[in-house]
Amino acid sequence: MTETEVFLQQVIYGLSNGMIIALVALGYTMVYGIVELINFAHGDVFTLGGFLALTLVGALGAAAILDPNTLGDSSHWLLLVGLVVTAGIFCGFLNVAIDKVVYKPLRRAPKLTQLVAAIGVSFILVNIALFWGGAPMEVFGGGNAAAASKDFPEILEGSNLLGEDSNVVLRLEDLAIFAITIPLMIGLTLFVNRTRLGRGMRATAQNPVAARLMGINTDRVISATFLIGGFLGGAASVMWAIYNNTISFQMGFRAGMDAFTAAVLGGIGSLPGAMIGGVLIGLIRAMSDQYIETRWTNVVVFAVLILILVFRPSGLLGLKQREKV
Amino acid sequence: MKQRIARTVATLLALAAPAVLGTAALAADAFANSVKIVSSLPRTGSANAQTTSMVNGIKMAIAEVGGKIGDMTILYEDWDDASPQRGNWDPAVEAQNADKAIADTSVVAYIGTYNSGAAKISMPKLNTAGIVMVSPANTASGLTKAGLGEANEPAVYRPSGKINYFRVVPTDDVQGAVAADYAKEIGLKKVFVLNDREVYGKGVAGAFEARAKEIGLEIVGTDGLDAKASNYKSLVTKIKQAGADLVYFGGTTQTNAGQLAKDIVSGGLKAKLIVPDGCYENAFIEAAGAKALQDRCFITFGGVDPKLLKGKGAEFYENYKKTYKAEPEGYAVYGYECAKAILAAMERIHKAGGTIDRAAVLAEVGRTKDFQGALGTWSFDENGDTTNRTFSVNTVKNGDFATVKVVQ
Repeated sequence: MTETEVFLQQVIYGLSNGMIIALVALGYTMVYGIVELINFAHGDVFTLGGFLALTLVGALGAAAILDPNTLGDSSHWLLLVGLVVTAGIFCGFLNVAIDKVVYKPLRRAPKLTQLVAAIGVSFILVNIALFWGGAPMEVFGGGNAAAASKDFPEILEGSNLLGEDSNVVLRLEDLAIFAITIPLMIGLTLFVNRTRLGRGMRATAQNPVAARLMGINTDRVISATFLIGGFLGGAASVMWAIYNNTISFQMGFRAGMDAFTAAVLGGIGSLPGAMIGGVLIGLIRAMSDQYIETRWTNVVVFAVLILILVFRPSGLLGLKQREKV
Repeated sequence: MKQRIARTVATLLALAAPAVLGTAALAADAFANSVKIVSSLPRTGSANAQTTSMVNGIKMAIAEVGGKIGDMTILYEDWDDASPQRGNWDPAVEAQNADKAIADTSVVAYIGTYNSGAAKISMPKLNTAGIVMVSPANTASGLTKAGLGEANEPAVYRPSGKINYFRVVPTDDVQGAVAADYAKEIGLKKVFVLNDREVYGKGVAGAFEARAKEIGLEIVGTDGLDAKASNYKSLVTKIKQAGADLVYFGGTTQTNAGQLAKDIVSGGLKAKLIVPDGCYENAFIEAAGAKALQDRCFITFGGVDPKLLKGKGAEFYENYKKTYKAEPEGYAVYGYECAKAILAAMERIHKAGGTIDRAAVLAEVGRTKDFQGALGTWSFDENGDTTNRTFSVNTVKNGDFATVKVVQ
């Protein structure tokens, strides 16, 4: 492989991984923007999205749809979009439910109480995923080893689009991530900037009390935020699953950590910030793996984060805000 | 309520005191007719299938003596040293287990650990308390042998100066060499060595690297990977650029060997993959997907496929299948052998008319010599290691392990 090929390859991987991180980061940043809560359970909502997707694949008859001979049919794209939407809706409503049951009663409690509650919810969800992994289905390995990583079948054809002899590998999965993530981000931006509910969200983020005085139903705005954040997390989990071909009950931990870092890097509360932050983290990881050493990658990521926060304490696109947890 | 807590604490302290003072012999008086064997293995996480199989092995061994040595009842407790948050062994939980064993004066033997890193934590504690520890699965060389691990190993695990730690599996210095020799045998030349940055993974990868250099394999790169990363596609690109025809990964299923195997395939890297015994479990095939491993991956293991065991080992295999209606995992027989060796030591104490307590069991297990067990005839050497040196190289065919070579 020439240097250029290597670089190109790392850019592809960096962007693909980064897009997924960005989708998850949006969930963190939106919720934070509205209710000033770092929703630590978000990564685990993401995990459950992956489990739902695998369950659906199993229920639909993995063998029948995923016959290698039919890979590449349009039906697989349909299945993929179906999974993204279903997992998205599931995670969206799960997120809303968590808000209603756990966060809402604590809305006026000290920020630290909410934070600890979020960590508690995270533990509960991790354990639900552990139980779910023991589901007696073929795709879960018969449920014999609940905690083992689960193989997620290939939904899109896995061959190299640039030809089997090319050193640079670009697969349908990479394209699928772009094809699904970018429209979602554009849609979200339009929604927040152009619709009435979006305007309500921006207003609530700026000043919840004033927003309420102006007649905005802030409870509805908050629910919508959790719904959309969860939806993006669910969509990301399916992208993650088809990209890595694995799900595990711990997948939300690292994805959540990366996404949270991305949200802070981009400026927590800022939507374009989370997108840029996610893609940046993906790229930094890829470049560090290549040009430094994998063992240093986490150090590099957090070193960059610290550097940026030293010069721009509220992140790349963040606005100066009052002190928050 | 408060009073009750105070009383419980006082009782606990009273129980712990004799152990702390080193007069563990009191145990026999306090619990006249029973002693306890405990095991500390990762029961939460993907090693669960493997450890369940090992616990079954231990239970079988105890059932074979009818749960009694003389009129002494042998109790067994199956402890977990993993936490759901880590999905893998947890240093804090392993430390708790060791403390719990020390505080419970009826505990005379500690079977564990599965992970070499976990052993590092409980070894010095149990050594001070004088409880015998027999590991069914630790392979890191430094735990028992000087000069193969850190500079202060193994003395740091033996604060009392005596040996209390034994193991029934051969160590990684041998395992790494077996893997390197096999790589050369099948004509591989350029190797990229990875480890998971844990005690076990680093140790075995180091042993592999040393042997590889010795026999003239070219090391084109080394790195330590992050076991919790989403994927290793970028790393695989780097390996591809280095021109490796073999990737050696010192790690386990729990430290993401399955994902690495997948990314080697999806990244278009045409190299073989060799992994150590930490991946010799069905969970590895499940995590990686059989397709990614077929004809590409080799797994070394300090022993042989349970199906290929001979003599008492074959009896074990048949009994296991009959009792549990399932195939034993690779390490089941080691759990069984640990318990057998401990029970045999107790039997010898009983025959000699002695009291079965911590000190006696510790001394007698150390005297295990020419033991005729399921793994053949073996002894514990002066370091506490088994004299057994059987290794096998396995591959994956049609979703199952298949032995390609056995090294004695």
